[in-house]
Amino acid sequence: MKAGKLMIATFALLGLSLSAASAATTLEAIKAKGHVQCGVTTGLAGFSAPDDKGAYQGIDADVCYAVAAAVFGDRSKTKFTPLTAKERFTALASGEIDILSRNTTHTLTRDSSLGINFTYYNYIDGQGFMVKKDLGVKSVKELSGAKICIQAGTTTELNLADYFRTNSMKFQPVVYDTSIQTREGFDKGACDVLTSDKSQLAALRTELKDPKGSIILPETISKEPLGPVVRQGDDQWFNIVKWVLYGVINADELGVSSKNVVAMKNSKNPNIRRLIGVEGEMGRKLGLSNDWLFNVIKQVGNYDEIYQRNIAPLGLIRKGSVNALWTKGGVLYAPPVR
Amino acid sequence: MSALIKHTPLPDRPPPSSQTGIVHWAKQHLFSSTTNSLLTLASFYVLFLLVPPLVNWALLSATLEGTDRSACEANGGGACWTFIKIRFNQIMFGLYYGSHPEQIWRPVLAFFMLIGLVAPLFIERFSYKGLLAGFILLIFPFIAFALIHGAWLGLPVAETNEWGGFMLTFILSIVGIIAALPLGILLALGRRSELPVVRSFCVFFIELWRGTPLITVLFMASVLLPLFFPSGVDLDKVLRALIGITLFQSAYTAEAIRGGLQAIPKGQFEAADALGLAYWEKMTFIILPQALKISIPGIVNTFIELFKDTTLVSIIGLLDLLNMSQTAAQSAEWRGYDTEAYIFAAFIFWIFCYGMSRYSQNLETKLDRGHKN
Repeated sequence: MKAGKLMIATFALLGLSLSAASAATTLEAIKAKGHVQCGVTTGLAGFSAPDDKGAYQGIDADVCYAVAAAVFGDRSKTKFTPLTAKERFTALASGEIDILSRNTTHTLTRDSSLGINFTYYNYIDGQGFMVKKDLGVKSVKELSGAKICIQAGTTTELNLADYFRTNSMKFQPVVYDTSIQTREGFDKGACDVLTSDKSQLAALRTELKDPKGSIILPETISKEPLGPVVRQGDDQWFNIVKWVLYGVINADELGVSSKNVVAMKNSKNPNIRRLIGVEGEMGRKLGLSNDWLFNVIKQVGNYDEIYQRNIAPLGLIRKGSVNALWTKGGVLYAPPVR
Repeated sequence: MSALIKHTPLPDRPPPSSQTGIVHWAKQHLFSSTTNSLLTLASFYVLFLLVPPLVNWALLSATLEGTDRSACEANGGGACWTFIKIRFNQIMFGLYYGSHPEQIWRPVLAFFMLIGLVAPLFIERFSYKGLLAGFILLIFPFIAFALIHGAWLGLPVAETNEWGGFMLTFILSIVGIIAALPLGILLALGRRSELPVVRSFCVFFIELWRGTPLITVLFMASVLLPLFFPSGVDLDKVLRALIGITLFQSAYTAEAIRGGLQAIPKGQFEAADALGLAYWEKMTFIILPQALKISIPGIVNTFIELFKDTTLVSIIGLLDLLNMSQTAAQSAEWRGYDTEAYIFAAFIFWIFCYGMSRYSQNLETKLDRGHKN
């Protein structure tokens, strides 16, 4: 008895908090603690990085704000845990975070072996190439023998080797540790080509001394569908995060934005009426209130607003890209809210 | 006759002009031989290549005005210190205090309390040193935590998640330093103990931690430890890092102190025994004061190392000074100004490390009892 008490006291001293809600569902636990705990990058432009006021901004951070708006009707009930790439899945598995929204690529291995579920995609990326304009290169196929700046230890490196081997071309890798160093190397002429995910390339290009002197080649050599991830074993929470994403994409498709969502309450379109909860019991079915998506759209915006706010400033135009809606030549396709 | 004898000495004549002044100094130190002359010229050339552009970039054409990047872009060329100015609170105090500048008095107060408490330890005539050291070790951490975290005092809560910047670097290293010292002393004594169980435990503990890189320790603490706990039990990440750092550091401190203990002549031990002193009396009054003094350079060295090593916590996603600076340079507002961020972080580190090493030199002189060779 005494030993037990001593142990409890020791644990309390160590700062162990035995949360009472460990047996409850994720949604109940989140409602009990009053916020959504969200794992993000320690800083990646456009995806998640703290602004001057210390608030996280970016397309990944907006997923968290949107889920908080759906659950609590208040986007500010969000807390962020900055995570490195290596510890992200442990943090999710151990319950430290509720959602992992940290530009994570959906792959078979991750899906099948980590005890996690990928919800849907908030940004579809792919590896591309940036070259100096004066080289006159128009396609990756012309790059045989080129010196290529690359970040070490990433899948980028493997993709590059695969692609060049498939096309029986040669390349000289110039390996750096961080993306900032690859940019410096490219800028100083240590290599002719810089390869990375296209979102990164666009961001790095704006930071070059002469952004106009470089172009991003049209080819994309890998598929990097990025999206929020949840733990396996709680389908309700999985559905909520998934449908918040579907919801903002549907809102984009139906033309419901943060500016017109209040006026849309009078819309005659039954799809819109169901979407913002004027009709039907859509929110209830997920365990939320019926105005869940109304709150999300009002406070965070539809997908296009989120994209334009975070990704467009990196120099990535949505129109005509893979991240456009399926109706506009892209691949973003959300099932209907009904 | 007496007129010929002068009774007052003549005033000293100045040395010949070739033996004084800047020319002589330069001849002696910079151009004493052909090799030296060449090296001097080469060094001057390198300095000439490096310094003017650096001064120009960092000072002359730098930007400090304005509140956003447009000010820097308009200026172009020079460093953008506007970025550091706007993000100063964030880089120094982390995300929570960076966005709540009206709360910054809390960590600052804790900092000055610590200085106020530590200072009397160095006043020789202050006689309650043991009591005060105990207070700093056992009670002050809770006061500091209450102030910085806030929940216990009913202040707005700054969660450890949102601690960061220089504040986090300082907390990690000062806790590591202060907590590791008594642990290290015990371990060092234990390693030289004649009791086999105590000795083998201490040897095992020290060699275990010394045989593991800090990065591994932090990684274990952050990635593996959570998997061992039952779900729903969440040990704070900063605390996990703190425990790892303290245990790691204590092994190194122990070895530095053991070096000091080994340097004490056997006669000192025997004399203490002959006086009939018990083990702890012998250690506290005779051996440790001498051994610790000898170990100062070694201990301070491990402290400086630890202070810089804390940057490794960036691999477990803690936003310490370095990582916070990097993160700030990734924000939409200040993307691309990484150089400024790194230079600022390096500058802060340099100030503190240099301060520590100066202080240790000062301490050595003060405690010198003439044993120096």
